[in-house]
Amino acid sequence: MNKNMERLYNGIIKENPTFVLMLGMCPTLAVTSSAINGLGMGLSTTVVLILSNLLISAFRKIIPDGVRVPAFIVIVASLVTIVEFMMKAYFPSLSASLGVYIPLIVVNCIILGRAESYASKNPIMPSIFDGIGMGLGFTLGLTCIGLVRELLGAGQIFGAQILSLSWFTPITIFVMAPGAFLVLAFLVAGMNIIRKKMDEKGKPLAKPAGCLDGDCASCGKADGCKDRKEA
Amino acid sequence: MKELLLIAVGSAIVNNVVLSQFLGICPFLGVSKKTETAAGMGGAVIFVITLSSFVTAVIYKFILANESLMKMGIDLTYLKTIVYILVIACLVQFVEMFLKKQMPPLYESLGVYLPLITTNCAVLGVALTNVTKEYGILESVVNGLATAVGFFSAIVRRAGVREKIEYNDIPKPFQGTAIVLITAALMSIAFMGFSGMI
Repeated sequence: MNKNMERLYNGIIKENPTFVLMLGMCPTLAVTSSAINGLGMGLSTTVVLILSNLLISAFRKIIPDGVRVPAFIVIVASLVTIVEFMMKAYFPSLSASLGVYIPLIVVNCIILGRAESYASKNPIMPSIFDGIGMGLGFTLGLTCIGLVRELLGAGQIFGAQILSLSWFTPITIFVMAPGAFLVLAFLVAGMNIIRKKMDEKGKPLAKPAGCLDGDCASCGKADGCKDRKEA
Repeated sequence: MKELLLIAVGSAIVNNVVLSQFLGICPFLGVSKKTETAAGMGGAVIFVITLSSFVTAVIYKFILANESLMKMGIDLTYLKTIVYILVIACLVQFVEMFLKKQMPPLYESLGVYLPLITTNCAVLGVALTNVTKEYGILESVVNGLATAVGFFSAIVRRAGVREKIEYNDIPKPFQGTAIVLITAALMSIAFMGFSGMI
């Protein structure tokens, strides 16, 4: 397997940002009320991630180490602005339903995390594939959670009625705010079981890197987070 | 006055920033293990969000959406995401330095939480919501303060619940984050009860 394919596999399966690393929980909870929203958010994040990895990797020798985080933030924020306007122009209804969460891609841990831990240290091509892999992994995670919530909450998949309303009463709470927390809770619990099984098999999964219960080592905002352990 | 009150109740209770907007989930899940720590974090967030709402609203009104520039056909509002994230990051740094120098007692109690706040998407979220809802400066400050109070109340309550469930017999896979998310779901259901208020 060459390096680029390895990056794709790493992002989508081995270090899947949603299921394994548990990164970017705010959008995961907020936009997964339906599969299509999850897919839209995932793909917009993917676009930003690929471009930011590309630019940061290209500029990695120019950006001084001391100001690298602000520099990354400016690059990411510019890309997010571009994506935001593209969405408004070409997918107005999706853009309206995702609302403020599109500009909030700027503060998504995944993007700064990949910039800090991968793109700023590696050449352009692997960085692009790292962006594609991580982005698709995130899209996969969001779409799966969206599918579950939409199916339970409305009996629909991608807006098509799958479970007939004649015998299925939609559990509306799953498309509302509490449903997001519940689905994520069961996901985390399920991952805890899988994690334990894999540990026993001697093939441990990557540790959660995100804000949930992992350490912040691989996160771009690790500098800001360093006091977290004492807090 | 009535409008301001409606904004305040709406942001603090009905559309609670954590439990229905899902902003600031990281500190909500990560920081609050003890009620005092949670209160400290909440206090720091109130301070920073109120201040940043004010500063971003002023910047929006007088620089980005400046009337005389608008008349000349220069519309800078598209820069808001970039400008806001930088302003917020700088603001937090300044607040930290100022408190350290001028108010050491306050710094002792809030200081450790300040660096965490730049990473809090609620701060940027509120600033952007103020623009979307076309709030003026006063309304933005009220909205910021109320949102932050909502965050404070959610995080303190959640820490209280967590202190209580510490000694319960929780199934193994649910220990840690999963049970915290379940509590959050139950709190969110409770907060949904307010949804008809406005």
